[in-house]
Amino acid sequence: MQSLSNRKKVLEQKPMNFWERIYLPAIAKGLSITLKHFFKKIPTIKYPEQIRPYSKNFRGQHSLKRDEEGRERCTACGLCALSCPAEAITMTAAERQKGEEDLYREEKYASVYEINMLRCIFCGLCEEACPKEAIYLDGPHVTADYLRKDFIYGKDKLVEPKIDLVQLTQQKSL
Amino acid sequence: MEGAFILEKLILVVIIFTISLVIAMYSTLAERKIAGFMQDRYGPDRAGLFGLLQPLCDGGKFFFKEEIIPAGAHKPLFIIGPTLAIITACISSAVIPWGQNLTIGDRVVTLQVADINVGVLYIFGVIALGVYGVMIGGWASNNKFSLMGAIRAASQSISYEIGMGLSLIALLMVTGSLSIGDIVSQQSGFVNWNIWVQPLGFLIFMTCAFAECNRVPFDLPECETELIGGYHTEYSSMKLGLYMFSEYINMFVSSALMAALYFGGYNFPFMYDLGLSENWITIIGVLVFFAKIFAFIFFFMWIRWTLPRFRYDQLMKLGWKMLIPLAIANIVLTGIITIVKDTYFN
Repeated sequence: MQSLSNRKKVLEQKPMNFWERIYLPAIAKGLSITLKHFFKKIPTIKYPEQIRPYSKNFRGQHSLKRDEEGRERCTACGLCALSCPAEAITMTAAERQKGEEDLYREEKYASVYEINMLRCIFCGLCEEACPKEAIYLDGPHVTADYLRKDFIYGKDKLVEPKIDLVQLTQQKSL
Repeated sequence: MEGAFILEKLILVVIIFTISLVIAMYSTLAERKIAGFMQDRYGPDRAGLFGLLQPLCDGGKFFFKEEIIPAGAHKPLFIIGPTLAIITACISSAVIPWGQNLTIGDRVVTLQVADINVGVLYIFGVIALGVYGVMIGGWASNNKFSLMGAIRAASQSISYEIGMGLSLIALLMVTGSLSIGDIVSQQSGFVNWNIWVQPLGFLIFMTCAFAECNRVPFDLPECETELIGGYHTEYSSMKLGLYMFSEYINMFVSSALMAALYFGGYNFPFMYDLGLSENWITIIGVLVFFAKIFAFIFFFMWIRWTLPRFRYDQLMKLGWKMLIPLAIANIVLTGIITIVKDTYFN
């Protein structure tokens, strides 16, 4: 029957000839292939000693940023939580008290800020939504843990450590 | 027998025993390394420099593993199995000549434990015994996969022993001696190696040696993919280690045998033209012999990571319908050539 697609190929199985039947040429060919691989450069990256460079726009663990005076930038507007497609972010807002001006930049701040790392899909929408440039996904990989509750990262893990800018500039000038 | 003679042989036995154990140990590492390189990866390289401590770690692990003897197993035979396997693997190295005579003071030390005049037959006897370890172990496990592996091992090694024996007969027709010491000393230099007069015989012998060692492509007694672990499915701890060890020692011994019978053993080209003293020739000869052995071990592993396993009927077909007729043809051909040479060219 004529095939519809005209791409039909009839495979013909010929009986093996003498050289094919004694296998030895085929074995020699196989051996030469494996020997070639024996001397090939190995593409393995020896991980703990050798780390492959990350892409520039790699999205890792979130960090809550501070401004140049070391104050938390987050104003607990909730846009990040709203934009989050995985609903991983929750927060509780609080009013800045007198005498806390060196801690928080705005009059309202997040007293609790939690991201569930099991829910997070690292899409980066919270970064884009934030009007205060307070959250960035510029951290390392989120590591494994044993309990589900340990994946809910609070402010203790998220807020970036305070850098004493005055001391830093002094160190640089030294 | 004088005491010094016994002492000399005893030292030799201990040295050879140690060497074969160490080589078996490092063969496991070499196997994994070669497998790695042939598959474009590194293989074990974490324990020590280049993974050189890996065999020690593996050995230590084997000793500390829990030893399980299945409830349905025949306990004495279950223990005898691996014992027999390792013993037969170790004693077959006794007749292999590792080098020429070494003169220490006024003593002449032969670097061969026993130059018995039926060395080839001795090797055959020991190889035939070797399958008992596998068979007994497989049967005693009381496990159908083990039994299947054991049955396969038995019929495989019986089939390939015939081909091996027949290929050796052609070699013995050329050498005219059953003593391995004589066979090796006849092949001095380079042109006298038996491979030049018995290439077909060597090919058959090597194929059969692969089958006797249960190496890929003839590893049907083990055959992880269909029989779990074959005859050693039920074995754990150092008993499993002994089976593995005996396999690698067998590989070492058969490499040594192939190097000795066909590739001139300790003989190397221009060995008497370099103006070296007897002792130096012996020492270099031993090193050359080991180089040949290592080349063969590498070849064993190279084949392992190249060829897939035979199907069982293919294995039997290769053994009975191809190798045995070929070996017989080789005998006839060798006989004709010998007679023609004797009558017309002498």
